[in-house]
Amino acid sequence: MTAPASLVDRHVGFVHALREAGLPVSPAEGLDAAHALMVIDLAERETLREAYAATLVKRPAHRPGFDLLFDLWFPPVTGPAASTDVPDDAALPELRERLAELLMGDPADPTFREFARAMVGRFGQVQAAPGRQSWFSFPVLRALSPETLVARMLAAMLDERGGLPEKVARRHISRTIEAFTEAVASDVRRRIAEESGVEKIARSTVRPPIDRVDFLRATKEELARLRREVYPLARRLATRLSIRQKRGRRGRLDFRRTVRASLSTGGVPLTTHLRPPRPHRPELVVLCDASDSVSTFSHFTLLLTFALREQFTKVRAFAFVDTVDEITDLFAPGADVLDAIGRLTDEADIVRFGRTDYGHVFERFAERFPDAVGPRTSLLILGDARSNYQVPALGTLKRLAGQARHAYWLNPEPRAQWDTGDSLATAYGSVVPMHECRNVAQLAAFVETLA
Amino acid sequence: MWFASPDEVRGRLAAVDYLADDGIATSVFLAGALGKPLLAEGPAGVGKTQLAKAVARATGARLIRLQCYEGLDEARALYEWNYKKQLLRIQADDGAWDDIFSEEFLLERPLLRAIRSEEPTVLLIDETDKADVEVEGLLLEILSDYQITIPELGTITAARRPYVVLTSNATRELSEALKRRCLYLHLGYPTPERERDILLAQIPGLPASIADQLARTVATLRGLELKKSPSIAETVDWAHTLLALGRTELDEALIGATLGVVLKHNSDQVRAAKELGLPSRS
Repeated sequence: MTAPASLVDRHVGFVHALREAGLPVSPAEGLDAAHALMVIDLAERETLREAYAATLVKRPAHRPGFDLLFDLWFPPVTGPAASTDVPDDAALPELRERLAELLMGDPADPTFREFARAMVGRFGQVQAAPGRQSWFSFPVLRALSPETLVARMLAAMLDERGGLPEKVARRHISRTIEAFTEAVASDVRRRIAEESGVEKIARSTVRPPIDRVDFLRATKEELARLRREVYPLARRLATRLSIRQKRGRRGRLDFRRTVRASLSTGGVPLTTHLRPPRPHRPELVVLCDASDSVSTFSHFTLLLTFALREQFTKVRAFAFVDTVDEITDLFAPGADVLDAIGRLTDEADIVRFGRTDYGHVFERFAERFPDAVGPRTSLLILGDARSNYQVPALGTLKRLAGQARHAYWLNPEPRAQWDTGDSLATAYGSVVPMHECRNVAQLAAFVETLA
Repeated sequence: MWFASPDEVRGRLAAVDYLADDGIATSVFLAGALGKPLLAEGPAGVGKTQLAKAVARATGARLIRLQCYEGLDEARALYEWNYKKQLLRIQADDGAWDDIFSEEFLLERPLLRAIRSEEPTVLLIDETDKADVEVEGLLLEILSDYQITIPELGTITAARRPYVVLTSNATRELSEALKRRCLYLHLGYPTPERERDILLAQIPGLPASIADQLARTVATLRGLELKKSPSIAETVDWAHTLLALGRTELDEALIGATLGVVLKHNSDQVRAAKELGLPSRS
């Protein structure tokens, strides 16, 4: 059985596009996918999508990009939009009525997508330049403005407003509105691809997978998704640490258990029993830059600190801008993380003039918390090393790093920008090893080397 | 041949009360058709282990389970020699040195048992991410060639390829080599519509309106930033709880009183109560 040539071309082009978008698809996996194509019903589009996903996408973070490209390479068959139950010449109020109905239902319903498609056909075309037509989702959403339907839908769904039922209903509506927006966007992409070629649009639409999103440039929504990555990361770090320790010390021989076990083998000690090794849990001191320029980064690393608390015997956290204060208390066990970060700026004494001053911070830290860093602590400094041209206090940092068991510095700036302007990256990096840490992937890579 | 088509997978899994969506049905079908192991990854309690059990039940195959944990080694995963029996044999008969490494003294562990099984077998390697990295190396030979080499006996090749399902909670990134050999299925939290159907399939006698409300409420809870989002298993527990209480209407007071069934951290409960405007319990 051989596949038709056009299908092979499509397959090769698709795999190529995935690689270009940053998905590590090996030749072996490409072959697996081709094998899969031989055993499934190619007319079933969703089956085809899942078959590709099962063979090529091995990380959830890559799935959104994959879906985008799949929609472009294997667009749904669209005949005339005969299947929608709205007449072509329906007036706007009628369309909005229908949209409200759909938004209250199940977004997986096929009529949902067909409606979106019909609406793009009707409103989505814009004269881009004289004689050139192009497609946009904005005019579609503006014409139908689903957000203004919310009040009406809530009234239809609820007997009375307020409380939990409203929360639940609102969540449902925002989910379906999101699905509608996405359906419109995906149809717009398809139409553009039909006009100007798949490769061209593919390159411009695929966002990097979430673990490559830059901390300093993350959108609010991406930040929420990033937060979900933190706990698994902290757990991974913990397993990582405990594995290493087990390698080092296997534990002493448990003589009694070994002798007892030898009774069943006539006194020959065949299996030796060892005492379980005493777990050694390191202490961690985190010094975190909380100034505005790195606020998304520090927000994120504070979450990591919080998650790490459970894994280390002792975690002390300090935040600083131009002076430093201990914030361990804000992160007491059972505390609410988001609350704590909100309270941080209000309660902690970290701002004098509002400009980051690393030198002053290190001096004050050594002075106010002389016992924080000891031979069992790992010192973790998080910040961009931009000191507003103040005195760097390298000697103090050297002493602190010398007292600690390990010291690391995570810098959220791209390596290319280090040492530009007021950055003291190399100077500090020569005292404390500095790692570029701009996204979850790099943070995870750092975690692998830690301990 | 395990299944003829994704649709057949869906039908036969539904017959044993496992509701498969497109992704599950297609990858379960492909794993059988291509003879490749299926790696199911996702948060706890979304039905990864259940999936393997459901496949076994739907096909009438025998289920062999290897539970992974830190420190799992060859002796407990593959095979072991029965030292005690060997020792006794040597003590009883001085000339027995030659034949103490034979079938008689071999103790099968799950992997070897699955390879040697004559009947259709589903091999479930549960929580692969909990095992040490070395175990992955051990699995590579078995999962790509379906054979095991025992120095004293030679290479044992599968009489019949088992259907292999690996599960992982992604606490540790599995090696590229292992992932490359597997089909990958990410099981996430279901849509409210699918979760409602799961509730109805799992609990006969649950009123559809409650199932619907529960599914949507749980979806709302998962939308909050919690330490531990409620799993499907916990939603099912919640439905059982409400049934046991004999309630047919889900109101805020009831949700507030039974929140402990789905949220197992105090900070999560406080957060949920605050965000959803539930009566406070603290």
